[in-house]
Amino acid sequence: MQTAIIIPAILNGVLMGAVYALVALGLTLIYGVLHIINFAHGALLTAALFAVYFCFRTLGIDPYVAVLGLAPLFFLLGYALQRFVIGPAAHGEDSNILLVTLGIAVVIENALLYVFRADTRTIDVPYGFSVIEFGGTFLSVPRVVGFFAAFAVAGLLWAILALTDTGKAIRAVAKEKRGAELSGIDVAHIYAMTFGLGTACLAVAACLLMPSYYVNPHVGNAFVLVAFTIVVLGGMGSVPGALIGGLFAGVVESLCGFYLGESLGQIGIFLMFILVLLFRPTGLLGARA
Amino acid sequence: MTDKRNTFSRRNFLQTTAVGVAAAATGTIAMPAVLRAQGAGVKLGVLQPVTGALSYSGQQGKLGATIAIDEINAAGGIKGIGRIEPVLGDAQSTPDGGNAEVEKMNAAGVVAIVGGYASSICLATTQTAARYDLPYIVDVGVTDAIVTRGLKNTFRFGPGFGVISKSALDNLVAINDKAGKPAKTVMIVHEDSAFGSGLAKLLNAQLPERGFQILETIPHPTPTRDFNNVVLKIKAQNPDIVVPANYYNEYVLLARTMQQQRVRPKAIYSVLGGAASSYKFVKEFPEAAQYIMDCNHWFDPRNPKALELKKKVEAQGQFYTYEVFMNYSCVLLVADALARAGAADRAKLNAALESSTFTGHVMPYGPTKFVNGQNQGAAPANTQVLGNDIQVIFPETFASAKPVFPMPPA
Repeated sequence: MQTAIIIPAILNGVLMGAVYALVALGLTLIYGVLHIINFAHGALLTAALFAVYFCFRTLGIDPYVAVLGLAPLFFLLGYALQRFVIGPAAHGEDSNILLVTLGIAVVIENALLYVFRADTRTIDVPYGFSVIEFGGTFLSVPRVVGFFAAFAVAGLLWAILALTDTGKAIRAVAKEKRGAELSGIDVAHIYAMTFGLGTACLAVAACLLMPSYYVNPHVGNAFVLVAFTIVVLGGMGSVPGALIGGLFAGVVESLCGFYLGESLGQIGIFLMFILVLLFRPTGLLGARA
Repeated sequence: MTDKRNTFSRRNFLQTTAVGVAAAATGTIAMPAVLRAQGAGVKLGVLQPVTGALSYSGQQGKLGATIAIDEINAAGGIKGIGRIEPVLGDAQSTPDGGNAEVEKMNAAGVVAIVGGYASSICLATTQTAARYDLPYIVDVGVTDAIVTRGLKNTFRFGPGFGVISKSALDNLVAINDKAGKPAKTVMIVHEDSAFGSGLAKLLNAQLPERGFQILETIPHPTPTRDFNNVVLKIKAQNPDIVVPANYYNEYVLLARTMQQQRVRPKAIYSVLGGAASSYKFVKEFPEAAQYIMDCNHWFDPRNPKALELKKKVEAQGQFYTYEVFMNYSCVLLVADALARAGAADRAKLNAALESSTFTGHVMPYGPTKFVNGQNQGAAPANTQVLGNDIQVIFPETFASAKPVFPMPPA
């Protein structure tokens, strides 16, 4: 009888993990190229969730449709943030970048708090509670959509990095910034492109999350802590690593929630974080520490 | 706004009556005398958590209180006192927020405060109000500690935890016995703050005494946005009865996840269920709400005034939830006490509330009688969602339907 319950719990974890992976993808991309820890990642996710909420409540646009507009919009937002705020304010110092992103996070969160207050909000889409039957398990439709969309986005991201000129430039900058600069790559532009791509991932994640989740001005923090763990687990800067790490984290969280109670679900993720740091600091698929 | 109208009618009065002309002629000293004869009006604090996690309930409570105030004012105000001017406050769903509003209301010179909603807020606000001997009428807050601290200013019109849970368990046993005792096992899903944990503790102590076996008690935080694991656990243990004790959002989500995962116990039975007897829940998710039983605050369906209020609230496009009729009744209670006190005086009002025998409310409580601040007649009712409506199944004196138990298969 117990396995009949554990399998659905694992499947739920895998589905949730796909969305975690998507959040981590943005983070790992920005880390891999810019070598900065983006503390504004959580706040930007919160902003994206509010954008989805706003689109649905005010404009009546379904989250899955809104992604078409929000992903480019957040790409531009990310691009502008890096190009005009983080880049100039950092003066090339990594520690400055850290503080600037932290500052941006504080500004975004408090602006959202001012506009939307501390209330927890949800949207109610008709398919929010639809289920798909899969081997005796009822899987929530928004979660299944999120799962496949996360893989699609990861594939797209991989394709951009592997096949396009911009992707090549991004990889070049990540490997050898000075060399890339000397061979004529506009490094400031590539930095901003990368930040934009990472932020666009958040917009997609927000659109996939909102039908089955909620938003308040601090909701992003919970995700970003998990995302940091995933990035470390999968290997800093590794796209497949983020994907595998995300799915793994989802399952760990679900099983811990199941055995230890809802309030303690995330304890396993952070335990995992410590173990990875102790025994394999480069992560599962990480090439460099 | 009310203040302006007040001024306007005063001016009108002054301009159009001989007394007014005389008063105006004699100058400013005579004017207050005339006003006092008319009743200078009175300020009443309406304190609700209108923003934050409990905002829906807070806004419903505010609606009930303001309807009562508008009705009283439309009828010419309180006899000998005059019109009620509401002083609205937002507790922001926290005890601290509530305390700050009590301070403001005290400074604004209110004669009493109605509201609070959540137990944790009421515990704090009644104590702050007590410092100023400011009469405080608790609208909902069910924790019994609210009225057992010996505060002379605190009056709870509705029933507390003890009365509600006893009644809920008595009725559960009665329903189960009548159906031939099909239910033996129970699972409790509760939110982990004062309200849910307190209730879970109480049920854990009392359900086994009444022949039920508790399979598991599952706590969860507020807010929780995923009940899949909780529902899987319910599915694994397959209890006869699920008892949810949580606030509105989580209650709805739990019920919908149970429906989604095709988990159908013999009964979902709540004690003060956050959504179980809410018309909003029934209208928005009728399938998830179907057959849910609840022991909660409920209006007297035999009382024409209660039904009239229901129509009025629904005509405004709002739901007739317990916050509305509880606060409506509490304001009427204060108005009655003020009329008997004969003056907008806090000490006199405290005394008048203490000796209140008010019957003009919309609840099935009978005449009001406060002992140590608790209304003795206050009692909950048992409801069940049947069809697209909420029916009373207990007490039998005003039940509108027979309980459907066990729940028929989907």
